[in-house]
Amino acid sequence: MTQVNRLNGGLIDRSTSLNFRFDGKTYSGFQGDTLASALLANGVRLMGRSFKYHRPRGVLTAGSEEPNALVELRSGGRQEPNTRATVAELYDGLDASSQNRWPSLERDFMAINDRFSNFLTAGFYYKTFMWPKAFWEKLYEPIIRKAAGLGSLTGEDDPDLYDKGFLHCDLLIIGSGPAGLAAALTAGRAGAQVILAEEDFELGGRLIAESCTLAENSGADWVMQTQAELAGMSNVRLMPRTTVFGAYDHGIYGAVERNTDHLAEPAPGKPRQTLWRIYSKRALIATGAIERPIAFENNDRPGIMLAGAVRAYVNRWATTPAQSVVVFANNDDTHQTARDLMAQGVKVPAIIDTRPDAPDVEGTEVLKGAEIINTSGRLGLSAVRVRVAKGYTRDLFCEALAMSGGWNPNLGLTCHQRGRPVWNADIHAFVPGEGLPVGQIVAGAAKGELTTDAALRGGAAAAVSALADLGITATPADLPAAQDAPVSLSPFWHVKDAKRAWLDFQNDVTVKDVKLAHQENFTSVEHLKRYTTLGMATDQGKTSNVGALAVMAELTGKSIPETGTTIFRPPYTPVAMGALAGRATGKDFHPTRLTPSHKWAEDQGAVFVEVGNWMRAQWFPRKGETHWRQSVDREVLQTRNSVGVCDVTTLGKIDVQGADAADFLNFVYANGFAKLPVGKVRYGLMLREDGVAYDDGTAARFAEDHFVVTTTTANAVLVYRNMEFVRQCLCPNMDVQLISTTEAWAQYAVAGPNSRKLLQKIVDPEFDISNEAFPFMACGEVTVCGGLRARLFRISFSGELAYEIAVPTRYGDAMMRALMEAGEEFDVVPYGTEALGVMRIEKGHATGNEINGTTTALNLGLGRMVSDKKDCIGNVLSRREGMNAPDVLALVGLKPVDAKDTLLAGGHLMNKTGPVDVANDQGYVTSAAYSPTLQSSIALGFVKGGFDRNGEQLRLVNPLEDKEILVEIVSAHFVDPEGERLRA
Amino acid sequence: MIIDHPLLGPRDAQEFTYLGDASLINRPDWQCENALSEFHDYLYLRDNPAGEHRELWYHEQGDRSWLVVTRNTVTHEILSVELAHDVAKAVTAGRSAK
Repeated sequence: MTQVNRLNGGLIDRSTSLNFRFDGKTYSGFQGDTLASALLANGVRLMGRSFKYHRPRGVLTAGSEEPNALVELRSGGRQEPNTRATVAELYDGLDASSQNRWPSLERDFMAINDRFSNFLTAGFYYKTFMWPKAFWEKLYEPIIRKAAGLGSLTGEDDPDLYDKGFLHCDLLIIGSGPAGLAAALTAGRAGAQVILAEEDFELGGRLIAESCTLAENSGADWVMQTQAELAGMSNVRLMPRTTVFGAYDHGIYGAVERNTDHLAEPAPGKPRQTLWRIYSKRALIATGAIERPIAFENNDRPGIMLAGAVRAYVNRWATTPAQSVVVFANNDDTHQTARDLMAQGVKVPAIIDTRPDAPDVEGTEVLKGAEIINTSGRLGLSAVRVRVAKGYTRDLFCEALAMSGGWNPNLGLTCHQRGRPVWNADIHAFVPGEGLPVGQIVAGAAKGELTTDAALRGGAAAAVSALADLGITATPADLPAAQDAPVSLSPFWHVKDAKRAWLDFQNDVTVKDVKLAHQENFTSVEHLKRYTTLGMATDQGKTSNVGALAVMAELTGKSIPETGTTIFRPPYTPVAMGALAGRATGKDFHPTRLTPSHKWAEDQGAVFVEVGNWMRAQWFPRKGETHWRQSVDREVLQTRNSVGVCDVTTLGKIDVQGADAADFLNFVYANGFAKLPVGKVRYGLMLREDGVAYDDGTAARFAEDHFVVTTTTANAVLVYRNMEFVRQCLCPNMDVQLISTTEAWAQYAVAGPNSRKLLQKIVDPEFDISNEAFPFMACGEVTVCGGLRARLFRISFSGELAYEIAVPTRYGDAMMRALMEAGEEFDVVPYGTEALGVMRIEKGHATGNEINGTTTALNLGLGRMVSDKKDCIGNVLSRREGMNAPDVLALVGLKPVDAKDTLLAGGHLMNKTGPVDVANDQGYVTSAAYSPTLQSSIALGFVKGGFDRNGEQLRLVNPLEDKEILVEIVSAHFVDPEGERLRA
Repeated sequence: MIIDHPLLGPRDAQEFTYLGDASLINRPDWQCENALSEFHDYLYLRDNPAGEHRELWYHEQGDRSWLVVTRNTVTHEILSVELAHDVAKAVTAGRSAK
């Protein structure tokens, strides 16, 4: 196909021809084109289908406010839906396709919706799918879901890299039109640190879209010259292709830089997009203005565009939407469209101006006081019907229409901190009001300075005043004179009595829908939006909100400012999830922590389980074992019969030092620590201030002023945070210091009757670890393997004679190997978290299943540990009446009456007879396991008043599967209740 | 938000963990006459002002200081930042040291 609509001039590089595809057809354009400009140049007007009615649509705008021309770009993992063709930079090989149509853009099955538009009015869904109720889930919802949404994803992983970065500046300038460039020149020359962010790939804004001149030069020449000067300043950072999407607290702005969206794919290692967090001392909003359409009958046909967009295509991209273009406006500004077109030889049959006193334009007819009352052309405009001032109608043949109802300042970023726009009656538009984000100022068209001259001077003045706040003296840059006339406009929103006149093109909201909303009393702006879907989806009503508001104002008989306005939230334009995630994807989002002996465990064929971020060995299967239970049972039995080793490095470790270390721990633990002798370890339970238990562990006293505390794996961070809170906020006068040493030490549990014999081979001989010298709950600093410093604790989670030995992390792997080698003669076995769990259930030790955020020390059977002779976190509120009632839940052991039954955690307990319901609930099972030691399923659980119910039978119920198992309440200490093994 | 750390200067709020009302520093005396109700009020009763609010922030991704930040909850303006340790010392100045 040839570029039938390509004109002369423009800012495209005609020496670089680019081939691209749209809906399977190949076209060519030039470097500097957008997908939209290239398609228009090739005579393609039809680019999409509307969301609700599937109406044929073409491009409406030339910028990021585009509601219609949403396309899918690329394929595979890079496929991206809902990209506006107006901002998609053309590259060689670009593959684009239209959306929301089937089977093709020309013949769309769902266009049938358009015939039923009388039914599909505002509130259709709310009114229609109410009954029968049963139809909702099975029928209505699936159908609506299928019809909803735009575009599609492949479900493949995005192969590209997204980065995040941080920038700081004195002045952030958002937008590089006349105001932004003038401000950048002024601030740059004053030596301030300046960032100039522009969403387009070219700087200049309207200066490169208009044919206006600045002094003797074209606007584009002045932009080029200014850009060259700014690029030479080391204190100015020019950021084209960068959308500032949000204004946040304290001068922080969020921005996305599209580094390589304009290439087929990024160079290896280069990011596709970068999310910038910009810390600005001052920020200048120079985001220009967005033109507003006029609502009239069938104003949505492909070829009907905003006049400013038509001028941008003609002047910047040397493209006309068609060879014959009619202009429809309520203002002088738009007449330039006709002049620009005619200068390029494009036919302009007429200008239709709603104002009876509109000026004449040389070369074409101006129909004054006229309105367009209908259009025709199924897949693209072919004619407009005009009602002239005298009342009769005229048909004008044309393939495009350039319309303009005036301009709205683009003030989205001024609203992100609850700023409310105010109505400016001079320009008939909302301008930024009070309550701008801290440090934010506005200049140019965004402020309502709608002429080029006002924008240039406003931008420079804004920069001077912003820098003055910062103590930087600047003088306004010398600026060329722009010759443009003041705004002359008389408000005109919609042509009366139209059957279907579109206000919001993206969401198919017509004037009639607003009338319906009004009729049904949804008159507030926020209700109007939600009832009609006005201003929703990707364009957020950039072209439609004010028009709809004006219609509502007319219907309610109020003024526009009385009717109010919706405000804008971030993001200004859609931001890809990939950009927000940055590099935090996959394992970089959820990192894995490995213990020092991980490699060794892997070599043993260990099966791992994720605990927090840690990978812990769950069990170590051996040859011939086909079921995990076989491995776990073997590990338990071998540990109980001889010796086993378990990696417990993941436990949190906190070093507590200082003269008041003992008093400090006495305060954070429920039980007493003040009198713990040096060389001893004690189990400790931590409560929340409300008296509920939240963590347990041990504290070992290595010196008068030195303790080592362990926490559970999951709570390591929380306990440390809470201990710092107590230290700094509650005990500020104590001499105590904390440091987390979780990662500094590798720690191994060595458990079983032969554990001492094994360790005697590891611990250097000068340290006596006999039962007499190193009894149960002893701790000490030792050396191992001929001089390596280590910490030894005689503590037991398994209930066996057991130790934990800690060595500096870098020796963890070697320690594990040494233990296994030394243990060979005892047939030592490594055991994982499953065997650990079985043994602690057999011993009745609580873990997170029991210390689950709802249970107290009393519930856990540790009530006596909470000392009432001292102050500690949680002790006062743990004495509350309700938490000490006679029938509180108590931790008990459970075993099936029929040894063949298997107990499962999570089930609730009911009395042996009687109803199974909440009112009769007796408690629940927290942990269950098969005990190879007892050769029976066993469980721990909480039972109401359970301390006095030993021997009672209950039913463990599973109403979901209609199962009941008879269980007996027993001591939670299934194995060695007297603790003889521990002390052996 | 940016929190001006008394020791480290301006830091991004991302580095901090939020706890809540700074009144948590004023822990009642466990032996006082109405200890149970004092602790109840201490733990559960909070003002929720639209405006100035003294609150606790923890520099978890930094130097582990607990800070008392006075912030306007409507505008997010930060009016002052103190080390919680200093605030707590002042609170306990009248009492006997623990």
